[in-house]
Amino acid sequence: MKIIIVGCGKVGRTLAGALNEEGHDIVVVDTNAKLVESVSSSLDIMGIVGNGASYGVQMEAGVEEADLLLAVTTSDELNLLCCLIAKKAGNCHTIARVRNPIYNTEIGFIREELGLSMIINPEQAAADEIARLLRFPSAIKADTFAKGRVELLRVQLPEKSVLHNRKVMEIVSFFLCDVLVCAVERGEEVIIPNGNFVLQGGDKISFIASAKKAAEFFKKISFDYNQVTNTMIVGGSTIAIYLAEKLMNMGIEVKIIERDRQKCETLSEQLPNAVIINGDATEEEVLLEEGLEYMQSFVALTNFDEENIMLSLFAGENSKAKRVTKVNRISFENVVEKLNLGALVSPKHITANSILQYVRAMENASGNNVETLYRIINGKAEALAFKIKETSDVVGIPFEKMSLKKNLLICCIVRKNKIITPRGKDMIMVGDTVIVVTTNQGLNDIHDILA
Amino acid sequence: MNKRFILYLLGCILCFEAAFLVLPWIVSLIYKEAQGWAYLCCAVILGVSGGTIVYKKPKNTVFYARDGFVAVALSWVVLSIAGALPLWLCKDIPSYVDALFETISGFTTTGASILTNVEGLANCSLFWRSFTHWVGGMGVLVFILAVLPLAGGYNMHLMRAESPGITVGKLVPRIRSTAMILYGIYLAMTIVEIVLLLITGMPLFHALTLSFGTAGTGGFGVLNDSIASYPVIQQAIITVFMILFGVNFNAYYFMLIRKWKQAFEMEEVRAYFLIITAAIVLITLNTMRMFGDVFAAFHHAAFQVGSIITTTGYATADFNQWPEFSKAILVVLMFIGACAGSTGGGMKVSRVLLYVKSVIREIEHFIHPRSVKAIRLENRPVDQQAIRTTKVYLAAYFLIFFVSMLIVSLDNFDFTTNFTAIAATLNNIGPGLNVVGPTGNFSAFSALSKFVMMFDMLAGRLEIFPMLVLFSPLVRKNS
Repeated sequence: MKIIIVGCGKVGRTLAGALNEEGHDIVVVDTNAKLVESVSSSLDIMGIVGNGASYGVQMEAGVEEADLLLAVTTSDELNLLCCLIAKKAGNCHTIARVRNPIYNTEIGFIREELGLSMIINPEQAAADEIARLLRFPSAIKADTFAKGRVELLRVQLPEKSVLHNRKVMEIVSFFLCDVLVCAVERGEEVIIPNGNFVLQGGDKISFIASAKKAAEFFKKISFDYNQVTNTMIVGGSTIAIYLAEKLMNMGIEVKIIERDRQKCETLSEQLPNAVIINGDATEEEVLLEEGLEYMQSFVALTNFDEENIMLSLFAGENSKAKRVTKVNRISFENVVEKLNLGALVSPKHITANSILQYVRAMENASGNNVETLYRIINGKAEALAFKIKETSDVVGIPFEKMSLKKNLLICCIVRKNKIITPRGKDMIMVGDTVIVVTTNQGLNDIHDILA
Repeated sequence: MNKRFILYLLGCILCFEAAFLVLPWIVSLIYKEAQGWAYLCCAVILGVSGGTIVYKKPKNTVFYARDGFVAVALSWVVLSIAGALPLWLCKDIPSYVDALFETISGFTTTGASILTNVEGLANCSLFWRSFTHWVGGMGVLVFILAVLPLAGGYNMHLMRAESPGITVGKLVPRIRSTAMILYGIYLAMTIVEIVLLLITGMPLFHALTLSFGTAGTGGFGVLNDSIASYPVIQQAIITVFMILFGVNFNAYYFMLIRKWKQAFEMEEVRAYFLIITAAIVLITLNTMRMFGDVFAAFHHAAFQVGSIITTTGYATADFNQWPEFSKAILVVLMFIGACAGSTGGGMKVSRVLLYVKSVIREIEHFIHPRSVKAIRLENRPVDQQAIRTTKVYLAAYFLIFFVSMLIVSLDNFDFTTNFTAIAATLNNIGPGLNVVGPTGNFSAFSALSKFVMMFDMLAGRLEIFPMLVLFSPLVRKNS
């Protein structure tokens, strides 16, 4: 597809890189010549310097033949205008990043009336992600598939785990848990294991199971599996508001610590049921006084990465809380991961991921069968959901008789609202949604799983 | 520096050169020439050695601007060293230094020759000489980028280092598609020229070799008197195509996608045609009395202007005998060169435009010291960084020019010879004046001078900086 990306910030750049790798022709537009230069010299894409909302610039970028325009500049209004003009000039699909909460309440109207395909709010998306993480205190990361019915959970096994030196198939035969390990991270390496793969303590495993079965599994391998009942949020940002609303709906008590008095007052108006504390969370006393050690979860959401990292480390020292740390800049990710920070959340990363998913879905309409795509394990592996629309050479054949590609695993079949963890005798049927985990990138069709 | 990847690229270069060397071997089969074995042997040797290098693809394909410069410069050196082997082995050119000079002259589309008797060469060698022009014209790495699916945007560093011009952009988002479009246009135009020459009755071999020479703006002919003994109509066809190959290929791309307005409004292309027209008119007026006929004067003037400004270097007449004014114009044209983004060499019309505009701006600045004015080219402001690089290019250009001239002067030729020899090699033209004029050649120079000129030819083709980066001690230090 031909895709125009307006805005060469972190999100624009991440999108350009990922989409380019998937074989799309990318043109990036930004007013900052330096940014355009640096993006177009490290990626195989074309750069244009200019205002993305200008008709002339859009024509130069080839909006007439473009399939999609992504507006991800820092300005909501500019993004919307870009999409509006692109819609009129080229009749392509448009996606805008809109973050102002005022627009957010009217998002449906805006999307319909301006003819946008998708509006993404980074703060909202980040809040959704954090809420998901808090539901599984021990899981490091959680993603949802098949409209929320299947969860891909990523946990690190303790050194002395009961799974140490156990084969993957023994999880089913010995522990009697219906879960499927999809990927194992050992150090920097990512392995898609087969049944005979031997697990070790310290491995990070990603597995698929329904919410109920995941709970059983956690119990059997003696992981804490209780939904948190309270949380402490530091920093009263927009994400905090979205998150607090969401958590309180789930019945979780929320305490927000915010330095700015005025902001606190606005927060208390918007979130009448939350406890709002006016104080500087970078003072140890404030945190301890507010009962940090009794907290089951802790979310660092200030505007400074350094502060968030320090807060999270401190919370780790002084409590058993499940921690979520917001990091804006995604550089040095490998170093940051080594720190004891709990789960890392980067709004920009999440935004890029959501848009990528949509682009895949768009391709789906034009002959490609991927329904959703998740980049998992730092983008080292992908989890893809395929909708089986018609019979073909993969339908109706037991898995034990199929020869699949290396580093690929069929981890889940959703059939008529039921989750099936596929074993050797199971087979794919028409109407199923099949979820595949692989380290091979660029799978376009269910047939691509065959060796 | 990503040495492994650079080595891989060099391996690719060797493989492609091996494939190219099969063509002259086929020519030798047709003409039943004994020299063909040298080409086949070289093809096999290069193919095997290149193949072993390419066999294992490097994992790390990340490389930066400096790696791009080094890779491109090294590629051209390796390409030339390997390409000279068959000429030397088949004894058509007995000295290896001479063979290397001839090959570099070929690949850089210079067309400067050390041969005193071109007609004495086997047909396969003549074919190879001309074919090097065609390959070198659009660039070897651009060819590799068009053919090989090398992943990653880093390849832009390669294209940028090999392609001429102030700023090198893409036509379409994908570098591979861009390279394919460029080579597509290049190939199509070459075929049109071949067909036209065949229609006018030129033998196939001549049509092929001359078209290669024109397309790459090289200048190797197959006859001792260059183009002089062909019929006027064929000379006219070559004139037109020389000038066409000197046009920025972006213009052709715009025509291809039917953006006529953009194609015809390219400032550089307009300036290019303006310079050509002015030069032809002036030389016609100046040489009218000598030729005794307006048409003949116009014909030779047009051919020579086209040949020199596009840095091709074909000749229909011995312009060494022309009046001084005409010769001076030709020397000026040598420095201006063709458009950026064409196959021609020289300083490039867009740079000259930029220099003229800089001078005008500076004068305005003296008159209105507080005035702020951006330099515009092709209707958009030129980036300060690009202006700086362009100015430094001029400094580096003349630095190399004068140092080269000093060294070449050791051979004790007259000033005009030395000056135009360096001008002709650094600008990738071919013939100069006096000893190196259209009827002369470069064989009389010492080996040292030849090496200096080989460096100049490569530096001229790659627009100086890649060669300087390659020889810069800084590169080796932080490898």
